[in-house]
Formats: sequence, structure tokens, C-alpha cells
Amino acid sequence: MPEVKNRQAVTGAQAIANAMRQINPDVVAAYPITPQTPVVEYFAQYVADGAVDTEMIPVESEHSAMSAVVGAAAAGARAMTATAANGLALMHEIVYIAASSRLPIVMPVANRALSGPINIHCDHSDAMAERDSGWIQLWAENAQEAYDLTLIAVRLGEHEDVRLPVMVNFDGFIISHGVEVVDFLDDEVVKKFVGEPKVKYPLLDVNNPVTYGPLDLYDYYFEHKRQQIEAMKHVKRVFKEIAEEFEKISGRKYDILDKYKVDDAEYIMIALGSTAGTVKYTVDLLREQGHKVGLVKPWIFRPFPKKELQELLNGRKAVIVLDRSASFGAEAPVYEAVKSALYEVSDRPKLGSYVYGLGGRDIKVDHIKQAFEEAFSGNINTDEERYLGLRE
Amino acid sequence: MALNIMQLATMFADKNPGITQGHRLCPGCAAPNVAKFALMTAESLGYTPVVGLATGCLEVSTTIFPYTAWNVPYIHNAFENVAATISGVETAYRALAKRGRIVDPDKKYAFFAFGGDGGTYDIGLQSLSGAVERGHKFIYIVYDNEGYMNTGNQRSGATPPGSQTTTQPVGKKLPGKIQLKKNIVEIMAGHENVYVATVSTSEPMDFFKKIEKALQFDGPAFIAAFSPCVRFWRVNDDKAVDISKLAIETGYWPLYEVERGVYRITKKVKELKPVKEFIEAQGRFRNLLKRPDADEIIGELQEYITRRWERLHILEEATKDKPIR
Amino acid sequence: MADLKGWKELAIGGVIDKPSTAKEYQTGTWRVIRPVYKPENCINCMFCWLYCPDQAVEIEVVDGKPKMKGFNYYYCKGCGLCANVCPKSNDKLPEEKRAIVMKPETEFQD
Ligand SMILES: Cc1ncc(C[n+]2csc(CCOP(=O)(O)OP(=O)(O)O)c2C)c(N)n1
Ligand code: SF4
Ligand code: SF4
Ligand code: SF4
Ligand SMILES: [Mg+2]
Repeated sequence: MPEVKNRQAVTGAQAIANAMRQINPDVVAAYPITPQTPVVEYFAQYVADGAVDTEMIPVESEHSAMSAVVGAAAAGARAMTATAANGLALMHEIVYIAASSRLPIVMPVANRALSGPINIHCDHSDAMAERDSGWIQLWAENAQEAYDLTLIAVRLGEHEDVRLPVMVNFDGFIISHGVEVVDFLDDEVVKKFVGEPKVKYPLLDVNNPVTYGPLDLYDYYFEHKRQQIEAMKHVKRVFKEIAEEFEKISGRKYDILDKYKVDDAEYIMIALGSTAGTVKYTVDLLREQGHKVGLVKPWIFRPFPKKELQELLNGRKAVIVLDRSASFGAEAPVYEAVKSALYEVSDRPKLGSYVYGLGGRDIKVDHIKQAFEEAFSGNINTDEERYLGLRE
Repeated sequence: MALNIMQLATMFADKNPGITQGHRLCPGCAAPNVAKFALMTAESLGYTPVVGLATGCLEVSTTIFPYTAWNVPYIHNAFENVAATISGVETAYRALAKRGRIVDPDKKYAFFAFGGDGGTYDIGLQSLSGAVERGHKFIYIVYDNEGYMNTGNQRSGATPPGSQTTTQPVGKKLPGKIQLKKNIVEIMAGHENVYVATVSTSEPMDFFKKIEKALQFDGPAFIAAFSPCVRFWRVNDDKAVDISKLAIETGYWPLYEVERGVYRITKKVKELKPVKEFIEAQGRFRNLLKRPDADEIIGELQEYITRRWERLHILEEATKDKPIR
Repeated sequence: MADLKGWKELAIGGVIDKPSTAKEYQTGTWRVIRPVYKPENCINCMFCWLYCPDQAVEIEVVDGKPKMKGFNYYYCKGCGLCANVCPKSNDKLPEEKRAIVMKPETEFQD
């Protein structure tokens, strides 16, 4: 276990900005939006103070931020940006282009509700709107994880078998602005861990000119999409390899799923992001009362951990899925994916879908308890979406 | 030293100037020549071009997978973001140069972005303005064919009044587009520390000289290139140069430059021909000419062109030797 | 036509990893009229070379000077711009005095 040298009380935004400082990317292009703004501000200060020698592009919009990092990454640079909510939505078109061009851009996203009406607080509707864009999605529970996953993301995206952009999701305000104790790695350790950027088809190799972004019609487009599908299949294996390496330098363990007290659990809740912390606390409370409950928090949502969830959830009494976004006219995104995965297992658990926390609405221990208790009493319905903390 | 055609022909007798054969632009289209003139100038002056393209005719017709009609590094990202994209490429160049990761550091890199009028005057204006304001060292060239041609001749902010388009057609009731073309040169000249110029392939020496200036300018450059679309302007395939000449002789497309606020008309025309000659030479104005209010619409355009021409001379006089920085 | 590669054989990201591949693509089939070069009337001004949008005018350097060689019909789309800009090929000149004469493609067998 490596000794902890750099323990500091910081916000999630500071933790991520510090990760970016240690990564010292070639190019960062970013545009401010609450609650991502402090990430950009801290990083800009590092640039201004010479703590990094990154070239920073103070673009005039998120659309241009994503466009510029696409240009930079294609050129052969290690490129990063960060955003939230409307900013991510404004990038949307280019988010797809980044993935299909196979550019390993890393982008922390301070998850925030999408307009409208406009709202600045946490939910997951921004990231969920991009879940089919071809980006890898990592999800952090707290500032420590946001820091760690940002470092891991660099290696993951650039891996030869992957070559995909990576979104590191961290809950807006709750993580971005909340102060927590974070253990930072030494600058030198991080430098060695992320290594030199691994580039492919660099545009700036003028001696081997390449063409990026051709018109790809019905005779080849499909093949290029198939390649993207394949790349996603390698992500979990590569993530595990990198996580193992990361554990050696940090003592912190990452996997596809974060499993909390699941071994003997009859009732398992699934949640992304910071809410998992509250669920863990509630699990402890309920266990004191004798309930066999547990939590699963996917660290990776794209690619979807289907096999891992099938193995874990098969034969349990009930699975309760929390979603911090709605899918209007369909089932909520995490629930839909979990339910679909469980179609194939031999011993299907009962299922409950709970949407919570939209627009930053607080999620309390009582809400989580309520969902568990409905499951205990058999009062859950696979075909019914329920809402936690909503006024009727 | 100004380049001439003989020199260029000698230099490029057996090599392609950035863009190659085998592209699928319409026969007689002016757009590939805009690219060729610019890149030829850069290469002949010892620069290595890196090219960005906005979605549009020049882009779709030159890079139909697996065929690319480019022999220089090329990137197309989307329709509205070529300036932001090339700003990322140019920034990456500076970052990698600083860190010793440029493959061939002795070469002089020149960053070009090409966009159609749609990708420049309209949907890409924000991205362009941002990149120029930030001062990236790149040359933006709009090949202005006055409409969304790749998608079949829809109206743009560069379409002139009375020109037939599919989204604002000249109808039985309405006269089609009545708004004047946006003055993109003035918009771009309104940015600080930028070199802005208009060019036309019908004036090659002027074209080369302005690209040379743009390359040597310490900051971003914006070049507006008149680029007849033979297909949707409804002229014969061999007419791109003739129409360009008429545009200059009528004052419809004045050749001038603005360098840090200093205006200079680079092609003086003693007496402007009536713009009606320019209009009558093209099928895209046929429906306009059939309308009873044709003279009125053309008259307004004529008045605008005359005044703009006078104004340019006044600006030239007033700004002479007075750069604003 | 290039053989259609499977997804495992293609470069990723839609990248075309070689320059100038379009040179394999024949655009000469589009032509309905063809420029015919009459060297005896040519003054080697290079206008046709400069303006050909398809770089289908072939030239060579002789004694340090560029000389017109003729047309590359693999690419020439027959737009006629070369003839239009040629100072020795305007409509007023009789055909036998022109350096470039545009002729219907139907007159040719190949
Ligand atoms: C965001 C977006 N909107 C619309 C389009 C469709 N589109 C592609 S090219 C084009 C017009 C291009 O016009 P212009 O920039 O003038 O270039 P041209 O084709 O005339 O050379 C349009 C509308 C698109 N590709 N992307
Ligand atoms: S439609 Fe017009 S601009 Fe487009 S390739 Fe054809 S002639 Fe050129
Ligand atoms: S333009 Fe005419 S005269 Fe000039 S080189 Fe070509 S063929 Fe000869
Ligand atoms: S006809 Fe057109 S394409 Fe053919 S050589 Fe002349 S200019 Fe080039
Ligand atoms: Mg256009």
C-alpha cells in the first residue's frame, strides 16, 4: 500500500483540475458553465502561473471547445475539455464526431440538469443524452473517484485496442463544489502513469498526409460503425488492466462495478454517482435492522456492464434501480438497460424503477429506505416508474 | 516578390498543389481553383499547408471515402466549425513544437481553413469570429458561391437579391430574396489584428499576392474568394472566369484589402459597368428579369454597389498610412 | 473501383491513411465535349494549366520553361474553361488557328 503523502480537503472541481495539472495535456479548450466553471478557472490559473505548459484555448462556446479538441487530438495532441448540461448539449454534434473519428479526448462532465426550464443543479440528463454517442462513460461517486477516474481515463482512451473519447461524470455541485478529503498522487507518479501521449494517424505528420472526416457513404459507413462497436467491446478488459496498475500506485481499487455488501444481499439497489454514498449509508442502517441489502454502483455505464450485472443480479429477490434522469415516453435509462440485461438470466429478480433528484432535488436516506421497503413488502412492479421526493 | 504563372507552372509541372485530380466537383466549378491558387502560393513560398474544410461542395466532392483528392494533411469536422477545428490543430502545433514532438520541425507550417459561404457567413460565423478574435495564425478562405450549393442551391446570407434559390424562390407573388448580401469583409475587418481581402481567380496575380501577404501577416487572415457555381448560377461550364471578371468590372465584387484598418483597393476600375450586365449573364436571375419589379430591384442593387464603391475610395483615402495598431 | 474492404481491414476513425487516392478515380467519363490541343498554335502561356479545375492539362519543363503537352483525358471533364481562357482560342479565331478546339465526345472512338 503506497503511503499517502498528499491528503487535502478540496472540492471535486479542484481535484479534477489538479488531475489535469498533473496530466499536463498538450491542449485544453474549454468554455465555462456552472457547475463545471471552477474546473476551467483552476486550470486557467495553473496555465497562467506556469504550473503546466498546456496550450489553453479560451473558446467562444462549447461547440467550439469540442471542435477544437477534435482538431487538436487529430493533430496528435493529448487534448481535454470539460463541460456540463447545456454545454454538453451544444457540443452534441461534435461529441459524435469525436467518437467516430476515434479521438481519445478526455472530458470531465459536472452533471447538471438539461434545460428547460433552465436549472443549474445536479441530475444526469446531460450525460444520458450522450449515452449512445460512442463515448466511454465513467461515473464518479466523490471527489476522490473523480480525480482517480480522470487519470485512468487518459490511459483508457488512448489504448491501442480502444481509441475512444472518455467522459468522466461527476455530480454537479454535490461533487464539484462539495469539499472532501482527497488523496493525491505525486506529480511524478502521475506523469509516469499517464505516460507520453499515444497517437494514431497524426494530422501533423506532414510527411504522411492523412484525411480526417471524409464523406462516408453506404459503402463504408457501416464498416466504420462496426469498428466502433468492436472498440467498445475491449473497454472493460482494458479498464481492468489499467485499474490494476492504478491500484499499485494508489492503493485504490477500481472495477467495472463497485459492489457494496452484495455477497449475501437479497435486495440490491443500483445507482450512479454521488447518490451511491447515501445508499451505502442506508444499506448499513438497514443491515443493522437485519435486512440483507446491498448496492451496486457502475463505474462504467458505457460500455454497459451487462455481463457483470447479469452474473451479480441473477437469483436475487429484487433489484431497485435509481435513475437521476427521465426518458420521456420510455423507461429511465439505467433501469431500461438493467431490465433488458436481466431478460437473459435464469432466475430473474423482481424489479423496481425509481426516478429521483431531477434538477438537483435532494435525495434523502428516507427516500432510499422507502424504495427498499417497497421491495421488501413485494410492493414493486417491473412495469411501473416511481418517483422519490416528488410532490403529488 | 510576387509570384507569376510561369514560375508556378515550372514548380508544379509534375506535382499536385495540395488538391489533386479525381475530385468530383462539377465540370468548370471555381472552388477547386480557389484551393489550388491558395495552396500553390503557400507551397511555392516554402510553406507546408495543413488544411481544414467545412462541409460543402469542396469538402464532399474531394473526400468520398476511400478517395481523397488531397495530398496534404486534411481535416473535415462539421459544417459550422472549421475555424474552431483548425484553431485546435494550430494550437496543437504550438503545443507539440514546444514539447519537441513535431515530426518535421524545420518545415514552415501554414494552416488553412476553407468554407463555403454557408459555412462562413451563416452557420460558421461564430466559430470563425472566435478563432480570429483569439488570434490563431491561420488563413480562412471562404469560397463564395452565394448559396448552399452542395445541398441543391438554397439561400444563404451571401445570396444576392433576385437570385433563384429553392428556399426563397422567385415566385408569382414574392420576388425571392430581396436582402442584400451580408458584407462579410466588413464583419471580419471589424476584428482586430486581422488581414482581410477579397480575391477572384480571374485576377490570379492579385490572388497570389494576397495569399502571400496573409501567410506573412502576424495573425489570422480572412480571404473572401468569389467562386462562381456554374451549376446553380445557370451559366455554361466554361464561364467561371468570365463571370468573375464581370463581377469585378461592375463593382459587384470589388477587389480590396483591409490590413489593420487600412483599406486598399487592389483593382481600380475606371468606370463600373452596370450591374445589370452581371445579372443578365446568369440564368439564376432569369425569373427576376421576368418580373415587373425587376428594374426596381436591380436599381436598388446598383445604387448600393455604386455607393459602396465610392465609400471604399473614401475609406482608402481616409485610412491611408493610418493603421489602428 | 477499389475493392470493398471489410471492417477489420480498414483504418479506424474513417481516416484515409494515404494521400491522393482520388487520383485513381476517373472523372474523364463525365465528358461530353473534349478539348483538342493544337500545339502549332500554342504560345505556352499556361493559362489553360492554371485554370483547369481538374488539373487535366499536362505540362513539362523544357529548358527551364513550362510547355503545354496536352490533355489528360482520364480526368478532363470537358468543361471548356481551358479553351475559354486560352488567348489563342477565342470564338473569333477560325478553328484552324486555335490552340484548343472543343469537340463533341461523339467524334472520338476511344
Ligand atoms: C449542422 C448542419 N446543418 C445543415 C447541414 C446540411 N448542409 C451541408 S452542406 C450545406 C450547405 C453548404 O453551403 P456552403 O457552405 O455555401 O458550401 P457550398 O456547398 O455552397 O460549397 C448544408 C446546408 C449540415 N451538414 N450540418
Ligand atoms: S454545385 Fe456549384 S459549387 Fe458545387 S461543385 Fe457544382 S458548380 Fe461547384
Ligand atoms: S492557354 Fe492556349 S496558348 Fe496558353 S498554353 Fe494553353 S493552349 Fe497554349
Ligand atoms: S475541358 Fe475543363 S477539365 Fe478538360 S482540360 Fe479543359 S479545363 Fe480541364
Ligand atoms: Mg455556397
